[in-house]
Amino acid sequence: MNALVPLAVAIPIVAGAAVAATTTFHWRRPVEVVATTVAVCVTALAAALVVQSSGGWIVYWFANWRPHHNVALGIDFAVDPFGAGIAALAAFLVALSFVYGWHYFDELGQTLFHALTLIFLAAMVGFALTGDLFNLFVFFELATVPAIVLTGYMNEERGPLQGEMNFAVTNTLGAFLVLTGIGLLYARTGALNLAQIGEALAGKGTDGLVVTAFALLVAGFFVKAAVVPFHFWLADAYAVAPAPVCVLFSGIMSELGLYAVARVYWTSFSGAFGAHEEALRAVFLGAGVVTALVGAVMALQQRNLKRLLAFATIAHIGLFLMGIGLLDAKALAGAGVWVVGDGLVRGALFMCVGILVQRFGDVDDVDLRGLGRAVPFTGVLFVLGALALATLPPFGSFVGKALVEGAALDKGYTWVPAVILVVSALVGGAVLRAAGVVFLGLGAPVQEAGSRDEAEPEDEAGEPIGVERGRVPRFMLVSPALLLACALALGLLPDLSSWAFHAAQRFEDRAAYAAAVLHDTRPPSATLQHVGATWSDVLLSLGAVAGAFAVAATDLFRERVPAIFRSRAQRLRQVALGAATASHSGHVGDYVTWLTFGAAAFGAAFAFALS
Amino acid sequence: MSFLPYAVVVWLFVVGLYGIVTSHNFVHLTVCLTVVQSSTYVLLLAVGYRDDATAPVFTALSTAHKAVDPVVHALTFIDVIVEAVVAALLLAIAVQVHKRFGTLDPDECHPMRG
Amino acid sequence: MSSRTRVVVFGVAASGFAALLLWGFVGLPDFGHYRGPYGLILNKTVVSARHVTNVPTAVNFDYRAIDTLGEEFILLSGAVGLALTLRSRREREERPPETPDRGLEHTSEALRIAGLALVGPLLVLGFYILAHGHLSPGGGFQGGVILASALLLACLAGEFATLRRGRPWLVMEAAGGLGAAGYAFLGLAGLLGASAYFADLVPLGPMGKITSGGTIPIANAPVALEVTAAFLIVWSELLDQALLVRRRR
Repeated sequence: MNALVPLAVAIPIVAGAAVAATTTFHWRRPVEVVATTVAVCVTALAAALVVQSSGGWIVYWFANWRPHHNVALGIDFAVDPFGAGIAALAAFLVALSFVYGWHYFDELGQTLFHALTLIFLAAMVGFALTGDLFNLFVFFELATVPAIVLTGYMNEERGPLQGEMNFAVTNTLGAFLVLTGIGLLYARTGALNLAQIGEALAGKGTDGLVVTAFALLVAGFFVKAAVVPFHFWLADAYAVAPAPVCVLFSGIMSELGLYAVARVYWTSFSGAFGAHEEALRAVFLGAGVVTALVGAVMALQQRNLKRLLAFATIAHIGLFLMGIGLLDAKALAGAGVWVVGDGLVRGALFMCVGILVQRFGDVDDVDLRGLGRAVPFTGVLFVLGALALATLPPFGSFVGKALVEGAALDKGYTWVPAVILVVSALVGGAVLRAAGVVFLGLGAPVQEAGSRDEAEPEDEAGEPIGVERGRVPRFMLVSPALLLACALALGLLPDLSSWAFHAAQRFEDRAAYAAAVLHDTRPPSATLQHVGATWSDVLLSLGAVAGAFAVAATDLFRERVPAIFRSRAQRLRQVALGAATASHSGHVGDYVTWLTFGAAAFGAAFAFALS
Repeated sequence: MSFLPYAVVVWLFVVGLYGIVTSHNFVHLTVCLTVVQSSTYVLLLAVGYRDDATAPVFTALSTAHKAVDPVVHALTFIDVIVEAVVAALLLAIAVQVHKRFGTLDPDECHPMRG
Repeated sequence: MSSRTRVVVFGVAASGFAALLLWGFVGLPDFGHYRGPYGLILNKTVVSARHVTNVPTAVNFDYRAIDTLGEEFILLSGAVGLALTLRSRREREERPPETPDRGLEHTSEALRIAGLALVGPLLVLGFYILAHGHLSPGGGFQGGVILASALLLACLAGEFATLRRGRPWLVMEAAGGLGAAGYAFLGLAGLLGASAYFADLVPLGPMGKITSGGTIPIANAPVALEVTAAFLIVWSELLDQALLVRRRR
C-alpha cells in the first residue's frame, strides 16, 4: 500500500508530540526550523498524493485489516485529488504561517504554538483523507481542541476569552450533533465505513432515521463551517486569535466543514437521496445565499479589521456552499478550486492585518487611519487581496467562480451569478474601504454607533501580550506575498478547470468509490472533458470588482453626499441591519439557542425535501 | 418500554441544551455540556445492546456465547476521553474568565458585539 | 436577546429539535436487537485472529488503532492547552514557592495515613490493569488513570508540597509528549516492519497469557504513560489554581 498516506498524518503528529515533550527546554530556533520543515514535507507529500490519486482512489487500510466479504473491519483512508488537495492547502498554509510567525511569540509560547499547530495540521490532513465516519469525528475533535487553545493563545484579555469560550461550546455541540448522527447510521447499517454505509443505504427508501442522521451530520459540520445560523462563534473567535492562527482558521478550517458535508453526502447518502436532488439543492442553495448575505452585510459594518475578515470568511463560505449545494460535478469542481484560491487570499489578508497589529498595536481601522502609509507594501498586498476576493481574473478564485456560475446557468439557476456578483462586490468593497482608511487616510473620522464595543483596543487586537511592537521583520512580508502569488499562479495553471471537473466527477461517483474501497477495483480511466471560463464570467468578475470600488467609495467619500441623503441612508441602515447586528451579541446562550434553532430548521427542511 | 433508552437520549440532549442556554455560571454551563455528551454515550451503548447477551470479553467464555457489540464500547470509550479533555479545557477557560471579568456569569462576559 | 426572549426562542427550537430526534429514533431497531454486521463479525473472529479475549481493547488498539491515535493526541493537546491557559504570564515566570501551603497543612492524621497507605496498592492495581487490558477489562487508559489517581491520593494526603518540589512540570510534559509519540511510533514500526501503519509486528502468543495479542499489550505502555502524564498535568494545574486563590486570601 502507498506509504505516503499514513506518513502524511504520522509525521506532523509525531513532530507535534516531540515538540510538546520538549517545550520546557525553550528550544525556540530548532523547533521553528523543525516545524517548518515538517510542514513543507507534508505539503510535498500531499501534493504527491494529489498527482498519484488522479487516476483513481488510493485506498490505505490501517493495521492491514482489509474488508471481509464487503464488511470493513478496520479504518481506511481513501485519497482522491480533492482530499489530497485540501490536505496540501492545509500544510502549505501551516508552513507559511510558521514562516510568518517566526519569533512571533516569546520562548514558551513559540514552542507550544508549533506543537499545537502541528497536531492541528495532522488532524486536518486526517480529516481530509479518511474514509471512515467515526474517524472523521475523531479528527474533527482533534482539530477543535488545539484550535480552542490557539484562539485564546497567550492572551488573557476579555475579548479572546469570550472568543475562546464561544468557540469551544458551539463547536463541541456541533461535534455532538455529528456523533448522534453517526449513532443513528451505525444502528441502521452496522457500519462506520463511508463506502459501506453508502452501499447499505443505496436504493433503499429514505425514512425518518436516514433523514435525521443526514440532518444531524450536516448541522454538526455546518457549525464548523460557520453556515448561518451556526456562524456566530466564528466572528468572535477569528477576531481575537493571533494572526498566524487566523490564517489557518480562515484559510482551511472552515472549509473543512463544507468538505465533510460534500464527502459524506456523495459517498454515503447520494445513493439514497438521488431522486430528491432538486429539493436538496434548494435547501443548500438557500442556506448558502443567507450565509453569504449575512456575512457580506455584517462585514460592511465592521471597524475591527479582523472581525471584518471573519465576516468575509462567512460570506465566502456561503458562496462555496452554493457551489457545493448545486450537487453538480462542474459546480463542485469550481467550489474546490475557489476554496483553494480564496483560502490563500484570505490567509494573505489576515497576515497583512497581523503586520498592522505588529507595527501599530491596533486593529481598529479608525484608530489606524492613515498610519498604513508607513507600510506601503502591505497596503499593496491588502488591495490585491481585496480584488482577488472580488474574484478578479486571473486569480484562482476567478477560475473557481466561473465554473460554479457555468454550472448554475446549465441547471437553470440564473440568479446564482447575480448573488455571487453582489456578495463579491460587497465583501471586496468592505476590504477596499478598510484599505482606503488605513493606507490612504481616506474617509471622514466619523463618530457613529457602529460596531464599537466597550472592549479596549488591546482586547480587540487579540495579539499576545508582551510582543514587541514597532518593528516589522522583513520575512513577515514574504508569506502574504507568496500566498497571493500562489493564488495568482493557481489561476494561471493550464487545464485546471478540466482537471478539477474530472476529479469532481470521480468524487461524486458513489458506486466507483465503494468498488475501490471495498473491492480494490480501479475506476475506468476517462478522457478529460474541457470546461473553462467564458467571457460572461470575466465580465461578471469585472463587474464585481467595479462594484467593490463603488461600495468602498460610497463609504469613504460619504461627506461628499448631501446631508439629507446621508442621514436617511444612515437611518435605513440602522433599521434594516439593527436586528442582524444585535443578534451577534457575544452571549454564549444566544449562540446555542440559534444552534438549536438551526438544527431543528435544517431537520425540518430536509424532512420536507426528502419525503 | 424498548423505546425508553432513546427517549432518555432525547431528554438528556435537550435538557443539557436548556441548561447551557439559561446558565448563569460558566462552570454550570460546562457541566450541562457533559450532560449533552452523556446523551451520546447512552445512544451509542443502547444501539449496540443485545438481549440476554454479556460483555464482549471472552476470558472465561467461548466466542459462541452471545455478546453485545464491542464496537460501540470502543467508540464510547473514545468519546468519554474526548469529553473529559474538553470539559477540563472549558473549566480552565472559566477560571481565566473569572480572573479577568470578576464574574462567571455569561450575561456579563461578552464585550465583543456586532 | 433578553433572557426571556432567549428562553422562548429556545423553547420553540428545542421542541422542533426534539421532534426531529424522536422522528429519527423511531426508525431505530428495537432496543436489544442489534443486527449490524460489524460487531457480530468481530465477536466471532477477534479471539482467534488476535489471541486477545477483551474485544473492545482489540478494536481500540488494532482494528481502529488510528482512532486511538487521534484520541491520544486530543488528550495531549488538551492537557498542554489547559496548562498553558492556567499559567498566567506572571505565574509562569515564578514557580510556586517552596514553602508548605497554608491550605493543605491541616490534613488529619487519619487522612495522611490512609492516603499514603493506599498509594502503594493503587499503583500495583494500576500496573495490573494496564498490563492485562487485552485479557480482561482494562488497558492503557484505565491503568493510566488509576496510576494518576494514586499520585493524586498522595497529594490529598498532604504531600503536595513535597511532590511539587521535585519540579514535576518538566517530567510530566516530557512524559506526555513521549507517551503520545511512542504510540505513534508503534504505528510507524508497523509500517516499516510489517505492511501497514499499526500492523502487527510481534508474534501472537498463546491465548490467555500476558504475552498474547501481538502489538496490542505493547501499545498499553506508551498510552498509559501519556494518560498518566496528561491527567497529572490537568489535576496539578487545577490544584495550583486553588492554592493560589487560597494563598491570596
